[in-house]
Amino acid sequence: MSDIKLIEVKEEILSDNDAAARELRETLGKEKTFVVNLMSSPGAGKTTLLLQTIAALKDRFRIGVIEADIDSMVDAEKIRNAGVACVQLKTGGFCHLDSRMVKQGLAALDSPAFDIVFIENIGNLVCPAEFDTGAIKNAMILSVPEGDDKPLKYPLMFSTSDALVINKTDMLSLSDFDIDILRGHIGRLNPGMQLFEVSAKTGEGMEGWTQWIGEQASVFIGHNLL
Amino acid sequence: MHELPVTENILKIVQKHAEKNTVRRVVSITLDVGAMSDLEDEWMQHYFDYLSRNTVAEGARLIIHRVPIVLRCNNCEKAFEIEKDEIGRSRCPDCGAEGNFSLESGRQYYIREMQAE
Ligand SMILES: Nc1nc2c(ncn2[C@@H]2O[C@H](COP(=O)(O)OP(=O)(O)O)[C@@H](O)[C@H]2O)c(=O)[nH]1
Ligand SMILES: [Mg+2]
Ligand SMILES: [Zn+2]
Repeated sequence: MSDIKLIEVKEEILSDNDAAARELRETLGKEKTFVVNLMSSPGAGKTTLLLQTIAALKDRFRIGVIEADIDSMVDAEKIRNAGVACVQLKTGGFCHLDSRMVKQGLAALDSPAFDIVFIENIGNLVCPAEFDTGAIKNAMILSVPEGDDKPLKYPLMFSTSDALVINKTDMLSLSDFDIDILRGHIGRLNPGMQLFEVSAKTGEGMEGWTQWIGEQASVFIGHNLL
Repeated sequence: MHELPVTENILKIVQKHAEKNTVRRVVSITLDVGAMSDLEDEWMQHYFDYLSRNTVAEGARLIIHRVPIVLRCNNCEKAFEIEKDEIGRSRCPDCGAEGNFSLESGRQYYIREMQAE
């Protein structure tokens, strides 16, 4: 007869990452580096939006980028060509970034030298929502071809992001995507979420988004660079 | 998906408690996982079996309790349970509000206890 005993564990499984993320945000506050985590499905337009955002803000802010998306060898190259520093993270088969990987990326970039650092997260609407990266703001991109019902399928992603960029609005006339239906879902999941309607391709609607980033960054670093 | 990092953390925590309690073998581990999670029970067990080979937790069974999603209406304070794919079109059963809810429960990743010998 073996003795089976019951051991009370009572521990949060992801508490390591959550604690590391909180610590990272504290450090960023001291460094005065505003970090934005960009998340979306593959192909929604993270890199395209990033390039446009860099073009709009790079004369006023010192900008760096952490690239983690799968095809990002090409993406990192494009971003360096846009004239800003970019660190490529080797994410192997990972489906998301955690705060430890982001911390390594920030160290490789020498983050205190920057006002704004963008993270291009791995293209996926599930896993990145579960893992706090330590970023100051989370933004997600939903592109018109993906459909207005995505918040029903991925509620966590939509409820943990501070801003939603609806991209590829140049394709609205070709689809049955209904922005009002999307707003209805968002109102329930995350009423405080900032919504921007843009076409990163034509540049339409981009000022609202870049203005928001500029304002949030200015507030965080404590002086207005806009 | 992210079963792997979650399972790695489970094993790490279980090994720590196994050592502290000087056990020979972990038989089962009881978890609370919120219904917001996309993790599949079957895959968590597969990953756990793989990671725990040659450890004190080899062969342990994961007993996974799914914790329902509960929203609270910020308008009238009513708390109500809801399915994951219904949150985006939810409506308060008491006051009829169509938004402004807080997530009270559903994001848990928690180890309650383990059985060991
Ligand atoms: N029509 C249209 N295409 C876009 C827009 N933004 C990005 N794309 C295209 O969508 C594809 C994927 O974009 P990319 O930025 O690489 O997406 P990522 O995988 O999220 O980084 C590319 O072919 C882009 O040219 C847009 O606003 N409108
Ligand atoms: Mg990309
Ligand atoms: Zn109510």
